[in-house]
Amino acid sequence: MNRQKVMRILPWVVTPVLVVVIIVIWQLVVTIGQVNPFLFPPPAAVGEKFIGLFTTPGIWGHTLTTLSEILIGFAIAVVTGVVVGVLLGKLPWLEASVRPLIVITQVAPKVAFIPLFVIWFGFGITSKIWLSALLAFFPIMLNMLLGVRSVEQGQREVMKSLNASRTQTLLQLEMRSVQPYLFAGMEVGIVLATTGAIVGEYIAGSQGLGFLVVSSMNQLDAALTFALILWLSLLGLALYLIVNELKRFFIPWHESVYGLRNTTA
Amino acid sequence: MSTPIPTPSPAGSAPASGTTDTVPRLKIQGVGRDFITRSGTTHAVSGVDLTIERGEFIALIGRSGCGKTTLLRMIGGLLSPTAGTIEVDGNNLWRGTTVDESAITKLGFVFQESNLFPWLSVLDNIALPMKLRGASKQASRARATELAALVGLGGFEKSYPRELSGGMRQRAAIARALSTEPDLLLMDEPFGALDALTRERMNLELQRIVLETTSTVVFVTHDIPEAVFLADRVVHMTPRPGRVRQILPVAEPKPRTIDTTTTAEFNEIVRKLRHDIDEEN
Repeated sequence: MNRQKVMRILPWVVTPVLVVVIIVIWQLVVTIGQVNPFLFPPPAAVGEKFIGLFTTPGIWGHTLTTLSEILIGFAIAVVTGVVVGVLLGKLPWLEASVRPLIVITQVAPKVAFIPLFVIWFGFGITSKIWLSALLAFFPIMLNMLLGVRSVEQGQREVMKSLNASRTQTLLQLEMRSVQPYLFAGMEVGIVLATTGAIVGEYIAGSQGLGFLVVSSMNQLDAALTFALILWLSLLGLALYLIVNELKRFFIPWHESVYGLRNTTA
Repeated sequence: MSTPIPTPSPAGSAPASGTTDTVPRLKIQGVGRDFITRSGTTHAVSGVDLTIERGEFIALIGRSGCGKTTLLRMIGGLLSPTAGTIEVDGNNLWRGTTVDESAITKLGFVFQESNLFPWLSVLDNIALPMKLRGASKQASRARATELAALVGLGGFEKSYPRELSGGMRQRAAIARALSTEPDLLLMDEPFGALDALTRERMNLELQRIVLETTSTVVFVTHDIPEAVFLADRVVHMTPRPGRVRQILPVAEPKPRTIDTTTTAEFNEIVRKLRHDIDEEN
């Protein structure tokens, strides 16, 4: 087998093995360490709760709530992030004047805004949507800003030498060469949008998977908490993979996509 | 502003009237370009006069900093001159710092880097200029396929730039520049990044393409044998300020072959240029 093939198969072999190893260690810690199962439940108990999760009434409603918060928040972040990023990238004077404000809002712990969002938008899904959007907005906006400024000078000159109009340059060159940056921002953004929705539900929720996690904790049902975290992780993984697939579909020409396929080192 | 002009342009094949026959393709008079930097004014190009006839192949040669690329960029509508006039087919290319759009559509530019768009296939890259001019998809695809064959990329139409070698990318860039049937082909060290063997091959190919398309070419290079091999006239420029020092005609008949590079006349011109350029230090 050549190196390239090995590289492709490697993660599919190693990942299941690692998962099994982790479960075994987990079981050993619980058995040998005599850990209180209320604090650290054995894997079998978590597995049982996880399977039981899908027959629990209301689970799909809660899942749907959390997913809508993530997706609506993410959509808002993509639209506003693209618009603001392009504007700031295109207008250096605007970027220079609002830069301090951007830096302050960027470093501010945005999760701290959730009480404000609750005051403004109530305990429903709206406050979580805004937290999701706020968290996902920055990586998307910053990547777009970078992308707009990273259009290759040589390619610009090609358009100029072809007497292309501003609209043509925007559509044929800028919109295309910015796409890898957009997807880089979206890959980070979807993960943060998920975080935003769940943290929002932790703090001020009456529905959603984050709310279920908190209430399972209040019932001292650690196995259920673990099962819910597992379910949330799988949902987060699915969302990330969807964004990743979109990237593969829209920019198959980019190194980040074809480089993975052809990697030998 | 976009003014979609259908291809081919009327002057591409035959002169529109009898008078245009006598007008040179390119007339450069007293052209200069200054760059104002913090340390003062640099005269990158100064007082260049040059007339280029239809079908001529002109090579611009000189040390780095002699202004050959600056001059080419002014002819190509990418950089405005600070002095003098550039006429393409008798029409002024520049009005102050704005370029005349009807004049620029007669030009094709090939850069040192291929500058292909990585998201477009070879065929779509070649067809891009026609697409920008609003040509129908069918017509531009057909023409792009012809051009791919002309530059020796037949069979690679669906490939992406990343799948091509450096020489093949430059072939695609040449095909793209030819796609609008330019009256004047401007080339800025197009083979500068290629290895010596590929370069020799590309010179032969370029000569064949130019003879087949009867293009007028201005070709910037810093390779003396390359300039002499390709050109009807070699324009030798000197730096600080960038001026034309001498213009050497190369009378060797075309098409030239690898054997041309061993003839006495060829080597005499190469030797003279080498000495003259060496003296500049």
